[in-house]
Amino acid sequence: MIDFPILSLILFIPILGILLMVLIRNTSERTERNLKQTAIWITSLNFLVSLLLIIFFDYENPSFQFEEKYFWINNGISYHLGIDGISVLFIVLTTMLVPICILASYDSIKLSIKEYLISFLALETFMIGVFCSLDLVLFYLFFEGGLIPMFLIIGIWGGERRVYSTFKFFLYTLAGSVFMLLAIIYIYWNSGTTDVQYLLNYQFSKNEQIILWLAFFASFVVKIPMWPFHTWLPDAHVEAPTAGSVILAGVLLKMAGYGFIRFSLGFFPDASEMFMPMIFTLSIIAIIVTSLIALVQEDMKKLIAYSSVAHMGFVTLGIFTFTIQGIEGGIIQMISHGIVSAALFLCVGVVYDRLHTREISRYGGLVNKMPFYAFTFMIFILASLGLPGTSGFVGEFLVLLSVFTVNTYFALFATTGVVLAATYSLWLYRKVIFGALVKDDLVDMLDLTRREIIIFVPLIFLTFFLGIYPKPVIDIIEPSTKLVVENFNERLQK
Amino acid sequence: MAQSIVLLPLIGFIISCVISFFRPHKNLDLFSQVITCSFVIISAIFSFYIFLSNLSDPSTLSIKIFTWISSGDFTASWSIYLDSVTRVMLVVITSVSALVHVYSIGYMSHDDSKPRFMGYLSLFTFAMLMLVTADNFLQLFFGWEGVGLASYLLIGFWYKKPAANSAAIKAFVVNRVGDFGLALGIFAIYVMFGSIDYQTVFEQAEQMKDKDIFFIGYEIHALTLICCLLFVGAMGKSAQLFLHTWLPDAMEGPTPVSALIHAATMVTAGVFLVVRCSPIFDLSPIALDLVVLVGASTAFFAATIGLVQNDIKRIIAYSTCSQLGYMFVAAGLGAYGIAMFHLFTHAFFKALLFLGAGSVIHSVHEEQDIRKMGGISKFIPLTHLMMIIGTISLMGFPFTSGYYSKDAIIETAYLSDSSYAGYAYYLLTVGVFMTSFYSWRLIFMVFNGKTRMAEEDIKKVHESSSVMIIPLIFLSVGALSFGYLFKSYFMGSYSDVFWDHSIAHHHGDHHDIPLIIYYMPAIVGIFGLITAWYMYLKNTKLPNNIAQVNKPLYQFLLNKWYFDELYNLIFVKPAMAFGRFAWKLIDGYIIDGFGPNGIASTISRLSIRARQMQSGLIYHYAFAILIGLSFLITFFIFTN
Repeated sequence: MIDFPILSLILFIPILGILLMVLIRNTSERTERNLKQTAIWITSLNFLVSLLLIIFFDYENPSFQFEEKYFWINNGISYHLGIDGISVLFIVLTTMLVPICILASYDSIKLSIKEYLISFLALETFMIGVFCSLDLVLFYLFFEGGLIPMFLIIGIWGGERRVYSTFKFFLYTLAGSVFMLLAIIYIYWNSGTTDVQYLLNYQFSKNEQIILWLAFFASFVVKIPMWPFHTWLPDAHVEAPTAGSVILAGVLLKMAGYGFIRFSLGFFPDASEMFMPMIFTLSIIAIIVTSLIALVQEDMKKLIAYSSVAHMGFVTLGIFTFTIQGIEGGIIQMISHGIVSAALFLCVGVVYDRLHTREISRYGGLVNKMPFYAFTFMIFILASLGLPGTSGFVGEFLVLLSVFTVNTYFALFATTGVVLAATYSLWLYRKVIFGALVKDDLVDMLDLTRREIIIFVPLIFLTFFLGIYPKPVIDIIEPSTKLVVENFNERLQK
Repeated sequence: MAQSIVLLPLIGFIISCVISFFRPHKNLDLFSQVITCSFVIISAIFSFYIFLSNLSDPSTLSIKIFTWISSGDFTASWSIYLDSVTRVMLVVITSVSALVHVYSIGYMSHDDSKPRFMGYLSLFTFAMLMLVTADNFLQLFFGWEGVGLASYLLIGFWYKKPAANSAAIKAFVVNRVGDFGLALGIFAIYVMFGSIDYQTVFEQAEQMKDKDIFFIGYEIHALTLICCLLFVGAMGKSAQLFLHTWLPDAMEGPTPVSALIHAATMVTAGVFLVVRCSPIFDLSPIALDLVVLVGASTAFFAATIGLVQNDIKRIIAYSTCSQLGYMFVAAGLGAYGIAMFHLFTHAFFKALLFLGAGSVIHSVHEEQDIRKMGGISKFIPLTHLMMIIGTISLMGFPFTSGYYSKDAIIETAYLSDSSYAGYAYYLLTVGVFMTSFYSWRLIFMVFNGKTRMAEEDIKKVHESSSVMIIPLIFLSVGALSFGYLFKSYFMGSYSDVFWDHSIAHHHGDHHDIPLIIYYMPAIVGIFGLITAWYMYLKNTKLPNNIAQVNKPLYQFLLNKWYFDELYNLIFVKPAMAFGRFAWKLIDGYIIDGFGPNGIASTISRLSIRARQMQSGLIYHYAFAILIGLSFLITFFIFTN
């Protein structure tokens, strides 16, 4: 353990970057390059600093580490940061994806690049904040604050129907979160504090739990998203610029999963137990129905967006089994999805940058011209359909295993999702990559550039690393997960 | 040594994979071919060494490499586990794979992406080796899906052909349906045993004999459930009835692939699984009955389709399907050693047949329709000889490899007192006739009689290069002699020592079987040969006449019992239709219509109304004040 306020540092490095970039004026080509490089360096630095968290992480300690607590609003509401095994990996995932995103937007964003980069850096701060806040008000601030830069990213740099999508995305998620805010206010007046650590041991009455659980659920269900609150996601993905989709799929969806584990299970065990059948049912519907919808999509991004909903269905299933394997499976599935779906959106971005369409039928036979691209895309398609040896398998397997121990009905239905995932993923791949190259506008397609290869290499590495040797990751998660499960079972009112 | 058997093909794959990204170059191609071939050949030599040196010393070797997944009390490791079953599989996989690797140098000599092909072959070999050397069900599952992936990549190797792409996806997805069962089986094993390591599971199997498990609301005998679920996986991989539809289509891939994956090794993984799990299958009579039932039905059903097909590779594919049925029957009757024996001999003669067919296809310029061949024996005599050797072994001609293993299965079926043994016995015996018939039909239509090829094509028919013929010779040695050489280990006097504890044993009484039963398969097989000779060489009009007279039956068989059409109708189309319905109607119309869009439009409608109220005209406001005032006054008057 180190005493240095490392979490605050990680939170504020992007802000520092913003300040730096605000100082850069002028709009010449050179300044634009400087801006981009500043952003890359700042975010990469932040990634390196966040690696310190893993290096100095105390594997034996299941509770919060790197804690910082300062007076903020009053004694009940403070600036309280800290991480445990559940949150640390999400922070690293975030700091890793942001430089990749900036690298991915290097050439594709032409309009007001400075504001774009600033939005991304601000977004990074908000996202990291979500995973390390140990105060509900602070959490809410970050949780909702992230919407603003995302709103701008989709609304300004998005596609044709960006205004519709961005409003849908913003209002939908905000509307859900209003209930959470009310719940937080209630919790404050009731218990006198919004400190997470305190509240994890605070016993709410059963009726309180039900109402509060539903209020939190309203926010998370939209954000994760679960069926039938998912319709904003395909629209947002389709209109968002590539990097926006990457962050949206890679990190923003995970905030809700994290929230379920930390708050729904942590604060309201009885209500969680009570609502488990509902969550299971919705997850199963999500897995099967959205997989079937993915099967008939004509737009690459929409297909991946729908598959994301299905994948997040596995996450909620796992979390609400209240078992170690289930929750760990859920977390690994989230991290894996953060890598794999991010990479899939990047893959779509690669061809979108060249041809400016996402329509599946406009492509075909790309392997003839783009072997590296075909190879990369293949790996992530396989990871997405959960092939053993890739990261996608580990999470899915643990989740299904735990669901089977809890309820065989749900396990049976959830496992069919595995068949469907194979179908739509391979279908997409075949339509885009395989076949003869006959379409005229595809003849001049260039293979991955060096910049794009640099983007994909770490993601490929992680996909296999997590798939073949996930032990180091599980070792980080396990103690905290055990604690969560123990607490959950202890506090369950019989 | 054991590690290098498994890892060498992986290294070969990685090297070839890297090479395949460079621009095609003769030396690079050669390099990748030499690397992959030599690595697999070394693997094969090591495997044979291990196999032969352990023939009478059935020690079990278990090496844990490192932990794969460990969560809570669940653990699974990467491991290498060697017992007799594994050693047999190692020999089969690496030797056929090595020969196919070498053969591919010749077969793919005109292809542009040789390194990629060689790499995929090595990837397959690696995955298959991982499958058989697992010491737990999770690594088995890794290999299981890994071979599925390699199969997908190889079937779709010629990615410009739409048919190849469809076949590749079909193979993967149908296999996934099987994997779905296998995965559930593994979950059930974990729930019952608290572990998925073979040793723990098999040791505790006896204690679980009477336990039940709750599954989708029913209380079922736990081991029966586990075995049935595992068997669903086996059915998918081994193309058994209902999950067989992918195998014939898989013939779109290059022929060496068909020989390696879809004849000798991958498709036998299902049989391997049943034999591997024999300690638990043995405790569940119902599951064993299911295995017999499905195996016998497949053996019969696939053979009927084989009778009328015209694609040289599809005939052999259906034959494979049918022979796998024989293996399952043996396993289901508790004769696990015999199942393994047939797996072992089948690998050699079926790979021989496929590679021979590849040689034929190669020499007649990629023609696969046997109606367009005929009379080419004199141009390719060596290939002809090899095909005949493969065929006599397949039909079970006395003293060939197939004779020992296949007869043993039929005799087992005759002697067994299992409830479906009679059913299996008759179907298998009829199957022998059909097998012999369609195999010889193939031979006669391809090699003998009058040629049906165009004049200028026939001149170009030539014998394949020696790099293709030499592997055939090796395989033909196996097809002729391995049955005789190893029969005493697999099922004879040494079998107890050879198998040791790796499979469940049955010590049934050895009845004497009547001589007629003993010779029946051989007689029936020769009868099939004569029928084929009569119909396709002597009286060549007869087949057409029969087809004309029995048109519905002929169509039914030609269209493979209409399974593809049926599945399309009940699975594919409804799934797509429901997807579209859920997307357009539920998501688009109901959820969005009443949810976000509906609320948004309601609000904007309301605000238009509200805006209209702000008319800015004084008398409107005065009127509103008046109304409000009168309401208030009324209210107070009435409440007071």
